[in-house]
Amino acid sequence: MSTLLQQLANGVVQGALIALIALGYTMVYGIIQLINFAHGEVFMVGAYGGLATYTWLVPEAVKDVWYVSLPLVLLGGVAISVVVALLMERFAYRPLRNAPRLAPLITALGVSVFLQEFVRNFYPNATAALPFPGAFVQGQLSLGPIKISWTGVLLIFVSIILSLLLQTYINRSRMGRAMRATAQDPDTAKLMGVNPDRVIVLTFVLGAALAGVAGVLFGTYYTNINTDMGFQTGIFAFTAAVLGGVGSIRGAVVGAFIIGLVKTLAGQYMPGGTSYDYVWIFVVLILVLVFRPQGLFGEPERVRA
Amino acid sequence: MRKHSVKSAAIVVGVLLVAGACGTNKTESGASGGACDTSKGTLIVGVIAPQSGGLSALGLGIKNSAQLAVDEANEKCTVKGYKLAVDTQDDEANPAKGAQAATKLSSDPNVVGVVGTLNSSVAQTVQPILSQKKIVQVSPANTNPTLTRGEAFATAPKRAFDTYFRVCATDELQGPFAANYLVGKAGKKKIAIITDGKTYGEGLAAEFAKQATAKGAQIVAQEKVGEKDTDFAGVIAKIAGSTPDALYYGGEYPQAAPLSKQMKSSGLNIPLMGGDGIYDDKYISLGGGDGDLATSVGAPTDKLDSAKAFVDAYAKKGYKDAYGAYGAFSYDAANSIIGGLATALNGGDWAESKREDLLKAVGAYSGSGATGSIKFDEFGDSTNKVLTVYQVTGGKWNSAETGEFTG
Repeated sequence: MSTLLQQLANGVVQGALIALIALGYTMVYGIIQLINFAHGEVFMVGAYGGLATYTWLVPEAVKDVWYVSLPLVLLGGVAISVVVALLMERFAYRPLRNAPRLAPLITALGVSVFLQEFVRNFYPNATAALPFPGAFVQGQLSLGPIKISWTGVLLIFVSIILSLLLQTYINRSRMGRAMRATAQDPDTAKLMGVNPDRVIVLTFVLGAALAGVAGVLFGTYYTNINTDMGFQTGIFAFTAAVLGGVGSIRGAVVGAFIIGLVKTLAGQYMPGGTSYDYVWIFVVLILVLVFRPQGLFGEPERVRA
Repeated sequence: MRKHSVKSAAIVVGVLLVAGACGTNKTESGASGGACDTSKGTLIVGVIAPQSGGLSALGLGIKNSAQLAVDEANEKCTVKGYKLAVDTQDDEANPAKGAQAATKLSSDPNVVGVVGTLNSSVAQTVQPILSQKKIVQVSPANTNPTLTRGEAFATAPKRAFDTYFRVCATDELQGPFAANYLVGKAGKKKIAIITDGKTYGEGLAAEFAKQATAKGAQIVAQEKVGEKDTDFAGVIAKIAGSTPDALYYGGEYPQAAPLSKQMKSSGLNIPLMGGDGIYDDKYISLGGGDGDLATSVGAPTDKLDSAKAFVDAYAKKGYKDAYGAYGAFSYDAANSIIGGLATALNGGDWAESKREDLLKAVGAYSGSGATGSIKFDEFGDSTNKVLTVYQVTGGKWNSAETGEFTG
C-alpha cells in the first residue's frame, strides 16, 4: 500500500513537469496548427538560462536564501526561454505562415537540433551534464508513508496554479478572447479587428514562459541538466497533448498526469517492470486514439485555445 | 487538413524516436614533429571515443592520452621515416556514430591502427568494419568479455576478431571482483540490481549477480532504466519495497549519479556500487555521494609507479581535460600500436599490405606501460588482470582495495 502511494506521488510529480511543457505544445497548435517540436528545446534552454542566472547573476550572499535566489533563477530561465521563443517565431515560423503545413513542421525539427547543438557547443562545459543547484529548498515532505522532496511539492503547486491561471486568462481576458477567436477562424478574427501577429506572439510567449519555469524546476528537482533533456521530456509532453486532445488546455494537463502515473505504476506493477514502462504510455495513447481519435478533451471541429 | 498534420507529426515523432539525438563529428589532428626524419610522410593513429555528450569526460582523456603517446613517439623517432598523427573521431557513445567513424578511418590508407572505443556497445559495430580492412584496434576501456572471446566466452572461448585487442581487464573479472568486495568485505546480503540495458551494463551486472549469489547474497530486485532517463523515483520506490542493503548499477555515471542522489534523498540510504563506467569525478559532481563504490580496471593510476611518468608527462602538456579513468590505458594502447608498427616496418615503407604484419607485431607486443606490463593473450585480452575497488569518501574517489580476481 505504501509503495502504491509513493508511486502515485512520484507519478504526480512527473505529470506536473510534463503538464507545464504540454501546455506550450497545445496552445501553439490551437492557434496556428503547428506542432512546435522545438518546444522541448525551449524548456531545455530555460534550464540553462536559470543555471546561468544562478552562476553569474545571483549575488554570492543570497545564493542559499531560497526565497531570493529561486525567484531570480526562475525569472532568468523564463526570460531566456521567452527571448528564444520570440526569435524562433519571428525568424523561423513567421516567414512560413502561409506555407504548406509540412514546411513549418520540418523547420521546427531544424530549430530543435539547432538549439540543442548551439547550447552544447557554446554554453561552458555543456558537452556533458551539468550540476544544477538544488539546494534552495532542501528536505522532504513526509505524509505518512509518502515522501516527496520539497522541490517536488513546489513543482506540483506551480504546475497546477499556472495551468489554472492560464485557463482563466484564456477564458476571461480580452487577449484570451482574441486567442480563441484566432484559433477558431483567423480570417474572420482579423476582420473583427484582432491582430493575428500579436496573438501568435503572445501564444509563443506564454508557452515559453511555462517551459522556462518547467526547465528551472526540472533542474532544482533532478539537480542536473543536460542538452538532450528537452528531447525526451518534449516527446512525453507532446504525447500528453495528443492524449488530452491537441488544442485543449485541460486535456494537456490531464494527459500529462495520466502519462506520469502510467509510467510509474506500470514500472511497478506491469510485467517487465521498469524496462517496459514507456511501452505502456504508448499503449494507453493508442487505445485512447482508437476510441477517441480527437483525444480525451479534444473536439473534432470547434477549436479552442 | 488538421488530421493530416497530426498524422505526419506522429510519423515524425516515430522517426525521431528511432534516430535518437543527432550531432556533429569533429576531427582534430596534429602533432609536432621533432628533429626526426619524416621524409616518408605521415601515418595516422585513429581514435574513436566520445568527444561530446554525457561520456565525453572519459573520451577526452582517451584522446589526449593517445595524443601524448604519439607526441612522445615523434620526439623519440620511434617509427623511422614517418611522422605520426592522431585522427580523433567522435562516436558520441553511440554505436551508429561509431560505425561511421570506423568507416571514415578505414577509408584512409595511412591509418595504421585505432585506439578505441570507450563503450562495449560501440565496439560491437566498430570491430567488423576495421576487421575488413585488417586495421588493428586496441581498446583502452571495453570490458565486455564477448568482444574478444565470443558469445560462449565462459565455456567455449573463440577469438571474435583477430584485429581486436584490449589493455584492460574484462567484466568477467570485474563483476565478480565487485561481488567479492560487496558481499565478502562489506557484508551486504540483500542486493538490488539496476541496469541501463546496454551491452556493458548488462554484461557487468550479470557477472556480478552470478558471483554475488555464489557468495551467499540474495538478489532481491532487478530493474532496468533508460539511457536518457532523468527521473528514477519510480524505480527507486520499487526496489525500496524489497529493502535492499546495497544497489549494484550496471551502467555509466550520467544515470548512476542522479540515481544515487535521488535514492538517498528519497530516504533509501544504501550505497550504490558500479563498474568502471561510474568511476569518474563527474559521478561525484553530478550527485554521487559518500559511501558509493566502483570497481575499475588496473591499479590506481596516481599510485602506480609505472604510471608516474605518464601522469607527469600528461600534466606537463597542460591538456584542458583530466586523463580520467582510461587515460593511462589509452596511452598504453597507443604505445602498443606504435611499438608494433616500429617492429612491423623495421625501417621499411608503409603500405596497406603491411597491416597483416602489424597485427602480428601487436599480438606479440610486450612492454611496460602506465598500467603495468602490457601483453596480449591468444584472444587479444590483456594479461594484466589487476582491478581496484574505489569508494567515495569526503567527496572524492579513494582506492579501497587493489588486487587480481582469483575466484
